[in-house]
Amino acid sequence: MQIDWIHFTPWSSLMGGILLGIAAGALFLNSGRILGITGILEGLLTPKSDDSSWRLVFLLGMFASPLAAKFLLPAELLHAPRIDANWAMVIAAGLLVGFGTRWGAGCTSGHGICGLSRLSVRSLVATLSFMGTGFVTVFVVRHWL
Amino acid sequence: MQRMIEFIVGLLFGLGLLISGMTDPGKVLGFLDLAGTWDPSLAFVMGGGVMVGLLGFGLAKKKTTSFSGQAFQWPDMTQIDRPLVLGSLMFGAGWGLAGFCPGPALVAMASGNDKALVFVLAMLAGMALFGRFKKRDN
Repeated sequence: MQIDWIHFTPWSSLMGGILLGIAAGALFLNSGRILGITGILEGLLTPKSDDSSWRLVFLLGMFASPLAAKFLLPAELLHAPRIDANWAMVIAAGLLVGFGTRWGAGCTSGHGICGLSRLSVRSLVATLSFMGTGFVTVFVVRHWL
Repeated sequence: MQRMIEFIVGLLFGLGLLISGMTDPGKVLGFLDLAGTWDPSLAFVMGGGVMVGLLGFGLAKKKTTSFSGQAFQWPDMTQIDRPLVLGSLMFGAGWGLAGFCPGPALVAMASGNDKALVFVLAMLAGMALFGRFKKRDN
């Protein structure tokens, strides 16, 4: 295996990961809610009474983050999105991610970060499953097609 | 006050995604590409997140209610079933196809990326489609 030393960012990725863990821990300790983007969106798609406002303000905070980053963070710490996928692939990917995350009841945040932090075997199985097809899909797209 | 805290938590989460590199599909695919030149960064994102998360959820286990007074909503499902596995496999295929998972796609959309916007619209359509599929199934 060859390591991509040029793009490897152990420190900023670790720091970013720590922030994700702080956010997940803070939301649960403060509000008693799991920080899972799938669950947060799902709750807005099928709204129950007075359960929407925390979801909306959380999303607003997320939406404000790119602007805040411009003021708070040095430019070299930020990664501009590099997107190889064409429009058809982007749409297909969106449909698969939307359907799949609701079917599997979680994504990288809910199962990956919160689930593993709770030592949930169910979330571990989910995480291994989506990482597995992630690896396979990239192999097929980059090395077979 | 609670809403303010939740806004700040959302902001921190978004900043974490931006700093970690998760909002850059090129970086995500670099991690998922084991057969090419491999970028291990995302393992550090997961490692950092879970390391801190273990402390947070560990602390919550010792408490009876959250700081806001709301009960902890611990997920109650523990079974490993077909929907969990098939849905997660499907999610991973989409993740590997474009390099976006839900949170980073929302942040990339907010930073003004047009492909992220289309991805998010397709993702919401996929979520709505699942709602109909589930209704028909019941």
